[in-house]
Amino acid sequence: MSDPLDLTATQAANRIAAGELSADELWEAYHRRASADDLNAFTWLAAETTPPGDESASPLGGVPLAVKDLFCTEGVPSQAGSRILEDYRPPYTATVVEQLRDAGAPLLAKTNQDEFAMGSSNENSGFGPVRNPWDRSRVPGGSSGGSAAAVAAGLAPWAIGTDTGGSIRQPAALCGIVGLKPTYGTVSRYGMIAFASSLDQAGPLTRDVTDAALLYSHMVGHDPRDSTSLAHPETIERPQQLDLRGARLGVPEELSGNVEGIEPGVRDTFEATLDLARELGAEVQPCHLPHAPHALAAYYLIAPAEASSNLARFDGVRYGLRADGDSDLRGLYEHTRGQGFGPEVKRRIMLGTYALAAGYYDAYYGRAQRVRTRIAEDFRRAFADFDFVVTPTSPTVAFELGARTEDPLAMYLSDFCTVPMPLAGIPAISIPNGLSGGLPTGFQICGPAFSENRLLGAAHALEQAIGFDGSAARS
Amino acid sequence: MNASARAYEPVIGLEIHVQLSTATKMFCGCRLSFGDPPNTHTCPVCLGLPGALPVTNERSVGFALLIGLALGCELAQRSIFHRKNYFYPDLPKGYQISQYDEPMCRGGHLGDVRIHRVHLEEDAAKLVHAGGSGRIGGSSSSVVDFNRGGTPLVEIVTEPDLHSPEQAREWLTLLRTTMRQLGVSDVNMEEGSLRCDANVSLRPVGSDGLGTKTELKNMNSFRFVERGLRAEIERQRGLLEAGESVMQETLHFDPADGTLTPLRSKEEAHDYRYFPEPDLVPVAVTEEMVAAARAQLPELPAARAERFERDLGLEADRARQLAFRAELGDYFERALAGDGDGVDARALANWVGGELVARVGEADPAQSRVQPDALASLVDLVGAGKVTQGAAKQVLDRLVAEGGDPTQIVEAEGLGAIGGGDELADLVDAAMAANPEAVQSLRDGKDRAVGAIVGHVMRETRGRADGGEVTRLVRAKLGL
Repeated sequence: MSDPLDLTATQAANRIAAGELSADELWEAYHRRASADDLNAFTWLAAETTPPGDESASPLGGVPLAVKDLFCTEGVPSQAGSRILEDYRPPYTATVVEQLRDAGAPLLAKTNQDEFAMGSSNENSGFGPVRNPWDRSRVPGGSSGGSAAAVAAGLAPWAIGTDTGGSIRQPAALCGIVGLKPTYGTVSRYGMIAFASSLDQAGPLTRDVTDAALLYSHMVGHDPRDSTSLAHPETIERPQQLDLRGARLGVPEELSGNVEGIEPGVRDTFEATLDLARELGAEVQPCHLPHAPHALAAYYLIAPAEASSNLARFDGVRYGLRADGDSDLRGLYEHTRGQGFGPEVKRRIMLGTYALAAGYYDAYYGRAQRVRTRIAEDFRRAFADFDFVVTPTSPTVAFELGARTEDPLAMYLSDFCTVPMPLAGIPAISIPNGLSGGLPTGFQICGPAFSENRLLGAAHALEQAIGFDGSAARS
Repeated sequence: MNASARAYEPVIGLEIHVQLSTATKMFCGCRLSFGDPPNTHTCPVCLGLPGALPVTNERSVGFALLIGLALGCELAQRSIFHRKNYFYPDLPKGYQISQYDEPMCRGGHLGDVRIHRVHLEEDAAKLVHAGGSGRIGGSSSSVVDFNRGGTPLVEIVTEPDLHSPEQAREWLTLLRTTMRQLGVSDVNMEEGSLRCDANVSLRPVGSDGLGTKTELKNMNSFRFVERGLRAEIERQRGLLEAGESVMQETLHFDPADGTLTPLRSKEEAHDYRYFPEPDLVPVAVTEEMVAAARAQLPELPAARAERFERDLGLEADRARQLAFRAELGDYFERALAGDGDGVDARALANWVGGELVARVGEADPAQSRVQPDALASLVDLVGAGKVTQGAAKQVLDRLVAEGGDPTQIVEAEGLGAIGGGDELADLVDAAMAANPEAVQSLRDGKDRAVGAIVGHVMRETRGRADGGEVTRLVRAKLGL
């Protein structure tokens, strides 16, 4: 029999269900592999002896799962990549992790991430950067960089992450795997350490589209503990689609044309994938999202504003880091937060605090919210004429560690193509669509709210036609 | 009081926080409690643990609707929660979930005071400061009890329609009774389920403008509200009369020594950075919810006072007294209903609100030994002239002490009124004989001298005689 590590998660689950593979055997194989992690992908690894139990009858078959650090897991470090939560072990488990465990995906590891999901390279982690398995001198993307690198390198069969402005799709693209950011509200946020509440959404990072559909189908559901969550109106199906006949694909000039910053290599694979889509029967036409160029500016007001408030609870009073040496209340706050937060987190807290300040609210936060409404309207208009809107996921392939750390604005541009969708609350998927200079590029497909089945179907058809081989990263 | 002291008129507005008596907290499933061991009613949500999310307590929305209806407010079909951001150890998330520019209720009035707005929010936790002054500055250490954190609160803000500390106190009593009648709160100031802040300023009498106001924080009894306001009005009056100006500031009233101290400006110089709470969906109020709340509305104190006045002929002050203290109104109505003969409602009301309250104080008379129908029959006896006012007060003393039936007490104690017969005539004769100076004065036209004779008879009869009848007899005997 072949190496179980070569199987996709769905294949492994099927083998387990058929009695051809034992869940224990799979667990041990992954545990051994994860223990040898040289990418710094993990912040915590399950004890070797952790028995997966007999999950052969469960829908996910006992296939182990890697979970981004910021999901609360009872008794297990849940630090959101931050020193301020170093070794914080919550007394409860996030709804989505619970759902997946109940469906038969035991917790293998917690994955490294940019601190509080703020970053596009994983260099903002309080626990050191993650390396890209395609080239260890390069970043895996962020903020779910540990999840993406672990799945790409075969250290975990699949993983979950969170996406606020691209934090699932961009690292998936840079690591050559599949990443789905679902419709806002379809996955419970309860137990996810918040970055920007109105944008944060959990989703799968997987080797292929079929795995993404299977994992996502067990993540959805209304959670009475998250009043912004809602039941998905459709059952998430296993994608079978092999062509794109009748599908209308819009290519927004604002996010793909002669946009500054899109590398030629990325443009090449994007064009090649559009050609492939046409061959599969799709109709590909340019479209317009007139406000999309303002998305990044709106995002960098709304997300930091919410973050400045969400991160106020880390004050040293109840949990996490408490700085010594000052008995004064103000000193406790200043020293704890001064020592516990990294520079990017501090930058965003200051940005957000400023954006919400009396006298500036309308000019910044208020205006950003109006831009957000316009962007959602742009998409609605586009979806009147198109089934999907497609763009490159990231303007570049994985960059060298340290290349953008001195220039936050250059770093923020990594999210140029991924930020508009969360602002509109709509789903988007990134699939690997080729290599540029030996590094993976990603193809992003987005659709209207709740269109995940159609999105996964189209992604599946393209995936089959592209035939991307990610095995190099696993060797 | 000199002329200049009367030249200013106080203008007072109140902000009242009412803890709702829902079963669970505002945004989580923890039970509400008072006096339980610290930190025994907490969960990830009300402790502000990372990743926890609030969910609005439906019951609290229903309670706020009841309050809005009772106060005649305009009810918003859609209202939203905001985050009010500031750092303090009693605020575990670093923000309070409150309502800001889209509250549930606007406008309305209670009595003659207009309501500005009513909104929902969550209470902070309780800080206990060891050592020092009992406040955070200067204390050696502080601990936090999160049991209270997240308790649902309704904040009621009035327009500045009150003009004296006494009026403020009376209005608060009305508000408290209204809340109690609605069944939405225990409204117990000692337990902090009703808390009051007051804004106060002075203006020249006759002026329509508003002077610079100060805010008095967190006064925890109606008496302290009245005293605090009085002290602050005097302070402001002193400043204005000395030609100085009032500074806008927040003051803490210390009931122990009656002093007012400014809260440190650092504590109040906040920019709360309000923004819509992204973790919660808007509160949508449907017609059905309003109809259900309306069906639940009991008779409210203001309406009850009106009914007492209109249907039972009570004097306005008496009607308000009984209606604004619901337990008095309830007692009065039970006494009224229990009496088949149709007691005089006005007299009964005066006995309940006057003599009975004088004896039982702030306590609920229903908890005393005086049965409502016993009081009613006592008032009947007085009305029928069988017992005098004075003797009836003695009977009431006995009822308060031991309970029982007034008729039996009157008989057993010989407290029955002495009628107009020979017995009284003889007593009058004796009294006149004993007070020759008074008799002479009466003859000289000094009518008030009759008091000495009446007093003599009363002493002799222990109040059983009718003073009017005695006076009539004296004057008749003297041919006056």
